[in-house]
Amino acid sequence: MSVTLARIEPSIASVGDYVALLKPRVMSLVVFTALVGLLIAPGHVHPVIALTALLCIAVGAGAAGALNMWYDADIDARMTRTAGRPIPQGRVTPGEAAGFGLTLAVFAVGTLGLLVNWVAASLLAFTILFYVVIYTMWLKRSTSLNIVIGGAAGALPPIIGWAAVTGGVAVEPIVLFLIIFFWTPPHFWALSLYRTEDYARAGIPMLPVVAGDQETRRQILIYTLILAPLGVAPWLMGYAGPLYGIAAVATGAAMIALALRVRSERQGHAASKQMFGFSILYLFLLFAMLLADRLWGELAAQAVSHFAA
Amino acid sequence: MTIVSDAMDDGPPPETGIRLTEQQLRARRSRSIAIALALGAFVVVIFVVTLVKLGANVLTRPM
Repeated sequence: MSVTLARIEPSIASVGDYVALLKPRVMSLVVFTALVGLLIAPGHVHPVIALTALLCIAVGAGAAGALNMWYDADIDARMTRTAGRPIPQGRVTPGEAAGFGLTLAVFAVGTLGLLVNWVAASLLAFTILFYVVIYTMWLKRSTSLNIVIGGAAGALPPIIGWAAVTGGVAVEPIVLFLIIFFWTPPHFWALSLYRTEDYARAGIPMLPVVAGDQETRRQILIYTLILAPLGVAPWLMGYAGPLYGIAAVATGAAMIALALRVRSERQGHAASKQMFGFSILYLFLLFAMLLADRLWGELAAQAVSHFAA
Repeated sequence: MTIVSDAMDDGPPPETGIRLTEQQLRARRSRSIAIALALGAFVVVIFVVTLVKLGANVLTRPM
């Protein structure tokens, strides 16, 4: 009996390849939404602790991205959008990506727990597990609800940010969670409308592949109709000011108008592309306004106390 | 004696094992530097957070 041992070539992976495994663009959105959750939370946390929490959340999100790329290497290779990633390109082996992701995940959760608090660390661990196990390993290849349920992982960072300050969870960050949760399906379905062939080739049951274009356009409208009022909720509930309220109403109306255009579009994908692009701006604007509102409130309070003294 | 002198005549033994290419060497060096920087940053984070959490108490030790 002869045993053949596969020769392992020394790695040619650059630092840039490992950075790509972290999905830096997703990471930046995670850090931004977590920052908002952290800043709107009541109470005070030392800036160094806040920065440490954000760093851990960023690294945790990156770890989840690396583990996603490890597991999805086969389908990434079949899609034009993802074929250039380090594993399909053969620059990083799946094992290296898995080891990298697991190491970062353990460090991120452990450091957040030891230096900030264990509630935030548990939420981060849950987010990573949910994204890797529930979304990547299970839902993504088995149901058209993959990004609906899986979107919960991307929606959790504001709750983690809030928990980093308060050590608990409250209704305010849950509303932010719901905003991102209901934003995710129209955002990704708008993209998948003009990438249907890509998803079909990879065997991913995205809604347009399974239920067709028209049903997807209808679902985009339904989710946007739920999303727009949710976007206004922080103002109605009193933890965001009128500046945020006006922005949320205006951008929410624009999202609904775009969803209606997507719904009535019969030829081409101009409206879907516009919806995809604007949805990114919409979420960014909502959270940026929330941030601006809070900072403005802080400045105003400081000015009042200064003059009162 | 013969064996020893024969071995000495042969010169240095040929290199065996994997020889890295120029690209592999460069990639390994850049990865090593990145790991060193990441570990250094981790140490700095732990150090600074320790100071922030303990403050002046960092010098107070039970005798």
